[in-house]
Amino acid sequence: MRYLPHTPEEVAAMLARVGVDDLDRLFDVIPPECRRTRPMVLPEPMTEWELDRHMEGLAGRVTSWRAGRVFLGAGSYPHFIPEAVRFVTQRSEFVTAYTPYQPEMSQGTLQAIFEYQTLAARLLGLEVANASMYDGASALAEALLMAVRLTGRRAVALSRAVHPLYRRVVDTYLGPAGIARREIPFGPAGTTDPAGLEDAGELAAVAIQSPNVFGCLEPFSAFAERAHAGGALAVASFTEPLAFGLFASPGSLGADIACGEGQSLGIPPSFGGPGLGMFAARLAHVRQMPGRLVGETRDLEGRRGFVLTLATREQHIRREKATSNICTNNSLCALTAAAYLACLGKSGLRELARLNRDKAEYLKRGLAAKGVRLPFSAPTFNEFTALFPPAFRETHRRLAERGVVAGFPLERWYPELEGHYLLCATEVHERADLDALIAEVHA
Amino acid sequence: MNPVQAATGLVFEEPLLWERGREGRTGFSLPRRDVEETPLPEGLAAEPPELPELSEVDLVRHYVRLSQWNVAVDTAMYPLGSCTMKYNPKTNERQAALPGFALAHPLLPESLCQGALELIAALECLLAEITGLDAVTLQPGAGAQGELAGMLIFHAYHRRRGRPRSKILVPDTAHGTNPASAALCGYRAVPVASGGRGILEPPSVAALMDEETAGIMITNPNTLGLFEEHVAEIARIVHEKGGLVYGDGANLNAVLGRVDMGRIGVDVLHLNLHKTFSTPHGGGGPGAGPVCVRRDLEPFLPVPRVVRRGDRFAWSEDFPLSIGKLQAFWGNFGVLVRAYSYIRSMGAAHLEQASRLAVLNANYLRVGLREHYAPAYDRPCMHECVFSDARQRPLGVTTLDIAKRLMDYGFHPPTVYFPLVVPGALMIEPTETESKEMLDLFLAAMAAIAREAQEQPELLRAAPTRCLRRRLDEVGAARKPKLTGLPSSA
Repeated sequence: MRYLPHTPEEVAAMLARVGVDDLDRLFDVIPPECRRTRPMVLPEPMTEWELDRHMEGLAGRVTSWRAGRVFLGAGSYPHFIPEAVRFVTQRSEFVTAYTPYQPEMSQGTLQAIFEYQTLAARLLGLEVANASMYDGASALAEALLMAVRLTGRRAVALSRAVHPLYRRVVDTYLGPAGIARREIPFGPAGTTDPAGLEDAGELAAVAIQSPNVFGCLEPFSAFAERAHAGGALAVASFTEPLAFGLFASPGSLGADIACGEGQSLGIPPSFGGPGLGMFAARLAHVRQMPGRLVGETRDLEGRRGFVLTLATREQHIRREKATSNICTNNSLCALTAAAYLACLGKSGLRELARLNRDKAEYLKRGLAAKGVRLPFSAPTFNEFTALFPPAFRETHRRLAERGVVAGFPLERWYPELEGHYLLCATEVHERADLDALIAEVHA
Repeated sequence: MNPVQAATGLVFEEPLLWERGREGRTGFSLPRRDVEETPLPEGLAAEPPELPELSEVDLVRHYVRLSQWNVAVDTAMYPLGSCTMKYNPKTNERQAALPGFALAHPLLPESLCQGALELIAALECLLAEITGLDAVTLQPGAGAQGELAGMLIFHAYHRRRGRPRSKILVPDTAHGTNPASAALCGYRAVPVASGGRGILEPPSVAALMDEETAGIMITNPNTLGLFEEHVAEIARIVHEKGGLVYGDGANLNAVLGRVDMGRIGVDVLHLNLHKTFSTPHGGGGPGAGPVCVRRDLEPFLPVPRVVRRGDRFAWSEDFPLSIGKLQAFWGNFGVLVRAYSYIRSMGAAHLEQASRLAVLNANYLRVGLREHYAPAYDRPCMHECVFSDARQRPLGVTTLDIAKRLMDYGFHPPTVYFPLVVPGALMIEPTETESKEMLDLFLAAMAAIAREAQEQPELLRAAPTRCLRRRLDEVGAARKPKLTGLPSSA
């Protein structure tokens, strides 16, 4: 086996040194009652050639966004990834290292994560970002737990227009600890209704997602003001950070914590993971932040260098009193996001964000011209909600047979939104794709 | 034999991204604009954030230079204990990058993602067979999230039986993630001291186990590299009081094909695919932390789950007792592809051989090191061995000095100062993918460092000298944290 370097002669010499006459005797310490009663039965090992064929067979039975025309967003977005970004982030010195516990041998990872923290904080308009969480949903759960620690209050309020799968993760994380979750309803414009949040006086946090799960930009500042008036933290959740290339950042709108999914920043969708949990906050709150942080320092000769820092928040030091149980996070995805943002640059980010919005507006207008209703009036970025007549259900099914996915049926998450579909268009959807979809629709 | 693997070559200083950039450059080829511009909604548009602007050449050179500042498994032996830094096969990267996997949207209609669902179902079956447990979820994103899933299952199980419990037993050798994960469920972690042989003794568990205690978390083999020989009896004690047994599978690499986790009484077990199953560590993730359970705990697993309907695979939410969701989608699928690819490449025989050689390598180091360093427990180990600086401390040399000096010889240091029960611990896990000649070089380096500790201890205290940087001021970094490099736009 090509991954196992030992020759039989070497094994014999090593066994002699250890003082054991057979490899299996190394396991004598395992009591008989703990051993397997029958050997493992697994498929025969494949050669590398066979494996390639087998995996191509499996992958061939999945419709990639490149092979089909997939107009899905809803938390995972198809974006073009420059080859230079893919190439540098696949350097095996980054890929096959681990958590930089030994900084002198890990300066590459450390500087790259420091750069990520800086760019993430700028993008989100806050003072400090951590080295990453698992995904946008667990980042939101951790943000709410952080708000509970900071305020000492044991209830949070979330907009019903926060991604439903995110809210389910929040329930999983907060439920057993007995932290109450209240819902703020959304209104006819497709945005959360500020009147639904009367008093934040007992809340640890108010969480709003913008753009929200219907694609609509939320009036975040109104919620931040109400949250702050009641002594609660304003938490901004997001699934599409490219929107901040065009629209105001969460921090500039009053968010105390911004947390969400960074998959759009150069990371392939990979059927939902790994993505990138982004997490940023105010410097004043940093000691209650979850996750790893890289800080700048000096070496013995006064040269700039980087280390993991403020570790006294973390599980390997504080154990059950830690701010989170997180250890391994999504470091390589954070490095990728920084490389992607640097590749775009300030003006590239702006142009790309603009193009995303214009593609979605083109699709939106084309559908409207065919008589499709746009039920929500709030402005959107690169996805929007459309209301189709009942016959569209059959059209959607028929298109899927040809590898065309004409949006996500929101009815699955919101039973009252019958016939509502969430459609996404980004820079990867060419005008011909959009025209073809519009042509299929008969309102 | 010259044990010095490190050479000083030409590496480059590299500024921060924004120190390299120049306004007006770009590294991005923007897809063609084939639709007209639309006016922006009033009052919502804002200036984009201040990002550095680099050409593609700047970008590539920046990251290639940074990469050269890292030591990784692909450059050197990386015997970081309990992290299982084994070789990461390159074919696994190819498989994960196939367009059908990498460019698949998680919300595709089931008819358009049968290959991905089949891979998930197949990997669950493989991990069940490897561990001896009955049902598997692949959703947790790392070991610690697997532990949280496990504790949530404990919590849901006891609540279902009408008797929620408040405490959890955690051995003093456990990873810090164990008590931190239990605390998220409101459990108070009660430490259990390991006995004189470095393993748990049944009487100390019996003395603490009561009907207020949800169960116990056991890492087996433990972080001292020792097999918990009394695990079956401990499981009986815990089960008799109505508790459950959690297995932390961080160290499963030692016992593939050898131990039946179900038979020894483990009810819930997490695995780290980035350890035992060779997926890359990525400088700190992403990993994956699947959880395996015995049959009667299956209803509590996270949703959705892949089910088979005739010759098709489908998602099912129909598990009313489920603990819920841990990630927005289905877990780190890209990591699952790599682990699946590894298991299909290895088969049962090579996985078993991997464990044999991992244990052989660890014992070979243990025997080779004890002449110079104090073993924590001088008896056969499993996948890792633990030493301390007890013999060097009187010379004014500490574990940290030894670790830093190893860098000058060209080795990544072992895990240091963990487990906490061994003062000045050096926790060494070579894994099966290091060859005998590499282990011999490591032993020679460690012997040379032990001699230096006696004859020239200042060499150790001044180390490292061959890295890009000398020792870094970690105290100063924490006292005045500088966590970003530009003033934020806030």
